[in-house]
Amino acid sequence: MALLTCSNLSLGYEGKEIIGNLSFEVNEGDYLCIVGENGSGKSTLMKTILGLNSPLGGSVTTGGGLKQTEIGYLPQQTDVQRDFPASVWEIVLSGCQNRQGFRPFYGKAEKALAKMNMEKLGLTQLSGRCYREHSGGQQQRVLLARALCATQKMLLLDEPVSGLDPKVTAEMYEIIKELNEKDGITIIMISHDIEAALTYADKILHIGKSVFFGSAEEYKKTAGAFTSAKGGARE
Amino acid sequence: MTQLAEKLEYLQYPFVRYALLVGVLIALCSSLLGVTLVLKRFSFIGDGLSHVAFGAMAIAAIMKLTNDMPVVLLITVISAVLLLRTGQRAKIKGDAALAMISVGSLAIGYLLMNVFSKSANLSGDVCTTLFGSTSILTLNKTEVLACAVLSVAVIIVFILFYNKIFAVTFDENFARATGIKAGAYNLIIAVVVAVIIVLAMNLVGSLLISALVIFPALSAMRVFKSFRSVTICSAVLSVICALAGIVCSVITGTPVGSTIVAVDIAAFALFTLAGKISGGKRI
Repeated sequence: MALLTCSNLSLGYEGKEIIGNLSFEVNEGDYLCIVGENGSGKSTLMKTILGLNSPLGGSVTTGGGLKQTEIGYLPQQTDVQRDFPASVWEIVLSGCQNRQGFRPFYGKAEKALAKMNMEKLGLTQLSGRCYREHSGGQQQRVLLARALCATQKMLLLDEPVSGLDPKVTAEMYEIIKELNEKDGITIIMISHDIEAALTYADKILHIGKSVFFGSAEEYKKTAGAFTSAKGGARE
Repeated sequence: MTQLAEKLEYLQYPFVRYALLVGVLIALCSSLLGVTLVLKRFSFIGDGLSHVAFGAMAIAAIMKLTNDMPVVLLITVISAVLLLRTGQRAKIKGDAALAMISVGSLAIGYLLMNVFSKSANLSGDVCTTLFGSTSILTLNKTEVLACAVLSVAVIIVFILFYNKIFAVTFDENFARATGIKAGAYNLIIAVVVAVIIVLAMNLVGSLLISALVIFPALSAMRVFKSFRSVTICSAVLSVICALAGIVCSVITGTPVGSTIVAVDIAAFALFTLAGKISGGKRI
């Protein structure tokens, strides 16, 4: 059963098409990496999957009991967040908003969920501490814990290792791998790091001038055709 | 000392008690959304809207309305909604639109007052509207009641939507992805800000409102490290500064609005110092 189906998607801004006729499926337990050159529309595609942008054409549908608002999203950090006075606990708990509806305050279930996810990512000690005083890697883990509060099934990660040093990057990839293998959470990740994508992901979606969708092995065989994607700078 | 006791006898007069009550309520409301506005980089919205409210007040004055609050409130709320809407996608970008509207309404307001006003003391009237000099001491019972009702409404809305306001302020994209109608909450924030501005005009006048909105929030952010503690601290601080300012101004005969703002500035200096000394101590 496909959790997410994109069919004949056409994406762009103000009527200008960046990507046309894009179709792919994400199944339960998949680890999909979306790669491509700068400006190829990776972030636009991600926002469309989340329902933040509407596509110019085609459709995004969710299945298998997944609602669009139940996708856990790990966005890139914004300037506002860098000096935001908030404790780790407040941020992780805010991931439970999609279970809240019109209830104004968090209940026991939400607090338990937030605690569990903080424990899973080793954040329990940091609970009352201020978000902006942590290192980039710790901040990413806080945002990942928040994303886990929002989902049981699917995580969408936008350049989760951008700006992290190599050691922390490796740790982050291990955490994501573990979530995929142990907890069975479906992963969709935008990445510039083709090597890591080929190591960890089992499916690759390459968008840009040429489009590829298939397993990581097949992508390796045809890699020559996509060399231009290597070593792309950060968006 | 006897002089001070004499001055404190002012408290017997209902208008002084009204002023204190209204001052506390307004200070409380205006500090609540300060944190959100500062963090969303909207600090100047308060300033722009207060100029709009000045223009609206001039129109109400010309129409010879005895109770100008509904008209001023309506015009300010509409402008707030328009400003926040156009901030998102517009030909004229957010800060330029804001500058245009705020300076425009200031000019038109003064022009209208000049052309149509029959008042003998025009510059005094304008000064009162801009700096709020004595208006808080001349409130009648209806105005006090209106202030109280609106303030309580603002506080209730803020508490009910506290968690959603936090989510939308911290990360609007994430909030929208998880199904929060961020647009609707931005609208609520805009309307509440407009209500606060109109209320605060009575206390500090339209030029000084921004100070009431942002100073307590900025002070609290120097020292406290979580959203909840910052919000609570800025509310408490704002109330204390307003009380101190009103009492000071009654005793020394200085204008209410600018005295309160001066106290706010002193508190900001104090908190900045405290933040430097405690340096990253986590509270």
